[in-house]
Amino acid sequence: MKPVLLSLLAMLACQAQAAPVEIKAWRHDTGDAEMVASGQMVARFNRSQDRWKVVVESIPQGSYTESVTAASLVGHLPCVMTIDQPAVPNFAWAGNIRPLDDLLPAAVVAPLLPGGRGVYDERLYSVGQFDVVLALFARRSALAREGVRVATIEQPYTAQELHDIVVKVKNAGRYRFPLDLNGKAKGEWVSYGFSPWFQSAGADLIDRVDYRRVDGVLNGAPALDVARYYARLFKERLAERNPADEKGFEQGRSLIQYTGSWKARDYAERFGDDLVVMPPPDFGHGPRVGAASWQWAIARNCRHPEGAAAFLAHVLSAPEMAAMSRATGLIPVTGEAAALTERYRPGGDGRVYFDFAARYAVPRPATPAYPAISAAFEKAMSDLRGGKDPDEAMDEAVEAIEYDIARNNGYRNIHAREAASK
Amino acid sequence: MTQPIRRTLLRLPILLGMCGLGVVFATPLLFMFAASFKHDDAIFANLASWTSYVPDAGWSLANYTAIFERSNLPLFLLNSTIIATLVVVGGILVNSMLAFSLSRMRWRGRGAVLSVVVAMLVIPFEVIAIPLLSLVARLPWPGFEAGVLTWQMGWFNSLHVQIIPFLANAFCVFLFYQFFRDIPPELDEAAKMDGAGPWALFFRIILPNSGPVIATAAIVLFIAAWNQYLWPIMVVQGEAARPVQPGIQQFFGRSNSWGQIMAYASIVTLPVLAVFLAFQRQFVASVAGAGIKG
Amino acid sequence: MKTILGRDHPLAVSGFAGPALILFGVFVLLPLLLAAAATFTNHRLVSPEPTGYVGLDNYTRLLALQVTTVAPLRDAAGDLQRDEEGLRYPTWRQVRQAQPELAGYRPAWQFELGQRRVVLAATDPLFYRSLINTFLFALLVLPLQCGVALGLALLVNQRMAGRIFFRTVYFAPVVTSMVVASIVWSFMLNTDRGLINELLRALIGNPDAGPDWLGESSHALLAIAIMSAWQGAGFQMLIFLAGLQSISSELYEAATLMGANAWQRFIHVTLPGLRNTIVFVLVSTMLMAFGLFTQVDVMTSGGPLDSTTTVVYHAVRSGFRQQDIGYGSTITVVFFGIVLLVSLLQRMLLAKGAK
Repeated sequence: MKPVLLSLLAMLACQAQAAPVEIKAWRHDTGDAEMVASGQMVARFNRSQDRWKVVVESIPQGSYTESVTAASLVGHLPCVMTIDQPAVPNFAWAGNIRPLDDLLPAAVVAPLLPGGRGVYDERLYSVGQFDVVLALFARRSALAREGVRVATIEQPYTAQELHDIVVKVKNAGRYRFPLDLNGKAKGEWVSYGFSPWFQSAGADLIDRVDYRRVDGVLNGAPALDVARYYARLFKERLAERNPADEKGFEQGRSLIQYTGSWKARDYAERFGDDLVVMPPPDFGHGPRVGAASWQWAIARNCRHPEGAAAFLAHVLSAPEMAAMSRATGLIPVTGEAAALTERYRPGGDGRVYFDFAARYAVPRPATPAYPAISAAFEKAMSDLRGGKDPDEAMDEAVEAIEYDIARNNGYRNIHAREAASK
Repeated sequence: MTQPIRRTLLRLPILLGMCGLGVVFATPLLFMFAASFKHDDAIFANLASWTSYVPDAGWSLANYTAIFERSNLPLFLLNSTIIATLVVVGGILVNSMLAFSLSRMRWRGRGAVLSVVVAMLVIPFEVIAIPLLSLVARLPWPGFEAGVLTWQMGWFNSLHVQIIPFLANAFCVFLFYQFFRDIPPELDEAAKMDGAGPWALFFRIILPNSGPVIATAAIVLFIAAWNQYLWPIMVVQGEAARPVQPGIQQFFGRSNSWGQIMAYASIVTLPVLAVFLAFQRQFVASVAGAGIKG
Repeated sequence: MKTILGRDHPLAVSGFAGPALILFGVFVLLPLLLAAAATFTNHRLVSPEPTGYVGLDNYTRLLALQVTTVAPLRDAAGDLQRDEEGLRYPTWRQVRQAQPELAGYRPAWQFELGQRRVVLAATDPLFYRSLINTFLFALLVLPLQCGVALGLALLVNQRMAGRIFFRTVYFAPVVTSMVVASIVWSFMLNTDRGLINELLRALIGNPDAGPDWLGESSHALLAIAIMSAWQGAGFQMLIFLAGLQSISSELYEAATLMGANAWQRFIHVTLPGLRNTIVFVLVSTMLMAFGLFTQVDVMTSGGPLDSTTTVVYHAVRSGFRQQDIGYGSTITVVFFGIVLLVSLLQRMLLAKGAK
């Protein structure tokens, strides 16, 4: 009797093991080429092995954070999800995601540029496929007509030079608002786009040694210089305070646009060789660009972390990264993947962005205080646009951030403490 | 000058005024509608001129086909329709009954309840959103699996989570209450003499004569349910139960697809307009009131 | 108003009132109580730390207020320093250094009195500013929206062709999603390329005219009020329409027989007949105005310079975006109390007026 039962059980067990285990994933829905590429990537993973089956639910990007936060409040998170990289430390601190150090092989993680990693308290919590950088876009012909030099990676514009250029162009009369600062975009764009200006001047959002002190960092002398510079751009009507749309540069209403490299492909198609891509202005310590975009993470209560990790490893493989880059035009985060793409391989016409990333990138501060920092920074910039005194505006931001940090007990890493005490 | 001509001439300024007002009210919507037929570049080409408010020569349905490709709009429309219909039917019933008891029945605590209901008009949804979230995550819901009654924990990712919390609506209760107060008490006497209890009085006499207020309440409830945005974002993460409004966020991103956003918004507006058209027939400029007063 | 049913049919009362009251209790009052309870804690949206009791900390942080005066800067010779904007004053940091009891406070309002500056400082200046903004907004929107709505209702109540068409057009803004409506209005209000300024320029004939509607703190709130009135007027129009229906036509006939003209009919028949409806519309518009959020979120993000931050916007920003649920709930609970007081006052005044 027993052998029969045993073999029956063994057969059932084999059946159960034969069906692939379902792994739920959530990703933000960008609704375009990226979604198609993402779907194909997942399909390839599911086909390449039969242990795991990843099922992706896509959530509209504009409301993604609220959706995921609400789900995390009640413990309804899936196994794998995408997170915007600067929010990763906050998520990790809250205990929603788990470290990836012991789940992903070192060979996969090591070649990643800083823009491909989400780190908190020296542990890796998220990995990404692509990076975005910031640049000044202009049209060669327009620059030539206005008598403006083209900035290069060796010789970027200094902040003062950029200001003088824009003033001269405005006085020439052809452009009402010569500088387009992507003013229509709100939310994280402001922090992403303009905190590098502060870093380029030698200031920063927060002291990155212990991530507690903001006073003197965000409102010290170099920071106030940048704040005054920013306020002046709007006071002198060099940039539009409340633009109606983000098409100013495309439609020839402004000379230079400061925006992210996600626009690179559109502009390259539209303007071809006439497009010139220049580094952001140098405020004293060399131009700086932000780094990192949406990345993948594994939830703490995922029941199949090995499967999730296998999916992540697949996502980070050079062919997949290259495929995603080809579909979306975004920058891959490993040299190997870049070499596989037309645009970003050495000699490719997009290599300049890859070089920007390698040379100038400064990731946003890896602290759980980042949402508070970003909100306070955005408000400060908005107030500067409205004409508030720069000293007061930056002081207010500093106090708001420090208050938030104090109220959260310095965002100490409770889970590390727990793990250590076990 | 003859009477009919005089009347028409007197009416003319009024008609012109109404047309003028109509233009003022419709302009933003004309923009939205016109933009849905244009390419993104064309929308912003000449923002200040009147051409932004009418479709241009190269108008096309490209935006409309795109939104159906990029998102599961038919499913969202179906979900929203089901949700809104159930909210309207259930809401009218539940709120009018409470208003009836507040206005026509005498019971202890009636005054207090009325004050509380009026007070609830003040509460914006954002205040209670988070605690409500924790609450519905812990409520059970019955389901049937293989013919057996089972209980599932939490109401997430369902249609009922978007319906049940919104059936009781303080505004509608208040609306019905004011209306019922104006109905003459002679009706109650007549019903009592006929031996009819409160249920018969309510369902056979009061409700059928409340056309305008039911229409108003229906429109209010439908719009509120159709325009729900924050709550579905919080409690519905999957596509299966997602309604229309969160879906529009899909088209906002690094590169806003303005034409598609306007097309989406145009489509989403149509069912509500249809509901309005259906119900506004109740607002007939007739002597409808006379039946009750007499 | 006579009622005869309650005492005779106690079960019927629970049958009628029960379902709605249970739903209100579970889905509105219970969360409200939970939110109120959260005000005594430091509950956060996402946090690994356990939620702790903090007593009245949130309330003191919300409400603490101090008045102080600041002397202008004087140069070495003791003369007042001036720049192009008037007298020069020390920065707030310097003021706080001189007056250490002001630690944690920021200016909510300041104005000049003679040669000194009077500062109302609060630990949460934005709360007081948002309170004023909210009431100001309600004051702007109420006459605009209700007045227009009454006018529209009178117009579409007439027996004429195209009545349904006009009703639909006037109502159409109400059914449009507030997000999209706000976006389109921000296009129209654009300083350089918006339709409104373009029309203004054509009317006045001055190519440089055209205020910065959403960029100047002096008229951003007005712009949002106009937009909100546009969006909501059609809805109140419906309510007025329902009210107009219930005025018996016999009253109008009697008035005409007595020789009253249109205006007199309006004053003596329509307005009194609409009294309840008018009260209802005013109260509901005011309460909805207090909940202003979406337009501000989409069009101005509370700016410029906090001139359009409303209480609900401040609460959502604190609670959701800055993730401080305890504090966000405190803002809304206090606001709820204030509005309750206002509506009670309103009712008392109206009750007195009726007598």
